[in-house]
Amino acid sequence: MLTLYTRRRIINVTGLVVSMLAMAFGLFWLCWILITLLSHGLSALTPAVFSQMTPPPGSTGGLLNAIAGTLMMSLLGTLIGTPIGILAGTYLAEFGQRGWLAPVTRFINDILLSAPSIVIGLFVYEVYVIRVGHFSGWAGALALAIIVIPIVIRTTENMLRLIPNTLREAASALGAPQWKIVSFVTLRAARAGIITGVMLAIARISGETAPLLFTALNNQFWSTDMNSPLANLPVVIFQFAMSPYEDWQHLAWAGALLITMSVLTLNILARILFRQSATTH
Amino acid sequence: MKSTLLHQARLKQQIWLDMLFRGLTRLSAFGVLALLLAIITSLVIGSMPAIEAFGFNFLINDEWNPVTDEYGALVPIVGTLVTSGIALLIAIPVSFGIAIFLTELSPRVLRRPLGIAVELLAGIPSIIYGMWGLFVFAPFFADHIEPWINDHIGTLPMLGPFFSGPPMGIGILTAGIILAIMVIPFIASVMRDVFEVVPPMLKESAYGVGATTWEVVMKIVLPFTRIGVVGGIMLGLGRALGETMAVTFVIGNAHELSKSLLMPGNSISSALANEFTEAVGELYTASLIELGLILFFITFVVLSLARLMLHKLGKGEGQTT
Repeated sequence: MLTLYTRRRIINVTGLVVSMLAMAFGLFWLCWILITLLSHGLSALTPAVFSQMTPPPGSTGGLLNAIAGTLMMSLLGTLIGTPIGILAGTYLAEFGQRGWLAPVTRFINDILLSAPSIVIGLFVYEVYVIRVGHFSGWAGALALAIIVIPIVIRTTENMLRLIPNTLREAASALGAPQWKIVSFVTLRAARAGIITGVMLAIARISGETAPLLFTALNNQFWSTDMNSPLANLPVVIFQFAMSPYEDWQHLAWAGALLITMSVLTLNILARILFRQSATTH
Repeated sequence: MKSTLLHQARLKQQIWLDMLFRGLTRLSAFGVLALLLAIITSLVIGSMPAIEAFGFNFLINDEWNPVTDEYGALVPIVGTLVTSGIALLIAIPVSFGIAIFLTELSPRVLRRPLGIAVELLAGIPSIIYGMWGLFVFAPFFADHIEPWINDHIGTLPMLGPFFSGPPMGIGILTAGIILAIMVIPFIASVMRDVFEVVPPMLKESAYGVGATTWEVVMKIVLPFTRIGVVGGIMLGLGRALGETMAVTFVIGNAHELSKSLLMPGNSISSALANEFTEAVGELYTASLIELGLILFFITFVVLSLARLMLHKLGKGEGQTT
């Protein structure tokens, strides 16, 4: 017969041990995935990966065109999406106190933030690819920009809300017009946080595959023409990994390692940057 | 006299600039709404031929035949729901454990690095999970786990039919497990954030009257954050429903409705990923777009509920729920 006290202790210890196991379980997958990535990826990561084009099946090659395509589309997607995101985020934080627009936008934005990215690919296909008549790098950049916008809006708004109102009031008391207050005082004070958000957005889009399948598609050759199908790492990884050719699979692992490392690096950099700015404020 | 005129002109200019700036930000915010409307409209227009041809039957027909041009969405819809369901079954308890560990148990030194590790896991692109699933997890699952499942669970009277089948490593169950691995860090980090909302005073008073850590979690933290926890789970569900790459690699892409979870199936997103660029014919394309529309609708509802719940928690901060 257990006393109430022992029973409570047993339940407590069991519960805590189980949650510790859950933590170990979660980390176990992280380690397993990273270890396989490193062991398969490092052996496939040769200089040729960075200097040659994607090969036809059965011959050797690299990923140069895919890397270039991914960089171009991510860059353009970020360039298109960031200004819109910052402006809309500014509206939500600075001007949207009254009226229906701000709460509705905030709600919709939160949904777009986690909307299935493949649907965004479909959307761009419907409104752009069909009109133009062919897959293109621009369509890919556009799809990525649509993914960037909600992330940047969210972080911009959050960061602007952290800026104390006294700053705005001080600038206002000096007679500064509102656009100056926002762009030279509050946005500047929130700069580090917003840059963090943009970096997280870049990290997110550099691994996105689904929206590129119907927009940028793929290109076996070197191309910097944004108006034609453009090779990109995620789609190449998808195609090569699903193929039966071993050379292609090796390249897919190399690409996977590249993407994961750059995404993790971006994430960590963003964190460091944000932490530094948080301590200096 | 001249200087005041100049002043007024400048003031006017600034007022004008103010309006311009305000209008610009307003327009951008409006753009987000327009984007949502545009997405819905374009999907509806794109799927019109299929909607006209099949009507409501599209949702309950399990035929998917490009040769006879007959399409039904039942198989992918079921596949999407079942894989997400499996993922949540695994992910909820594990994420709950991780969140408890991170907020209540972990030594202070480990709290930050472990929290960051979980968040990094959430940041890994989904194609990596898919690829790992195809090359590493599926063979392992086929060799070591599936035979065991067949022998032990597959022979049970009620559950049996769901867990018997050839050990291929690829199928609905594998897809669900990969999805679970993917959403665990996501749900765990939302839950952790939600748990941190609980005022320390509440917890301390419970500890003060002699509650154990487990009792504090179950009777103070969980009731206080209930809505937020459900919101976090729904957010994870939204992720799982719309996930494409992690599923496409391992689900097997078979348009067949089978009872067994070990058999290959299909989900909405992987049907799109695999077939869309190769689809020929108006009806085929339209049917795929209608699949996308259904997916968007389902995730929209789930995510709206999630946000409403998390919002409610934010409002209830400091009050008893």
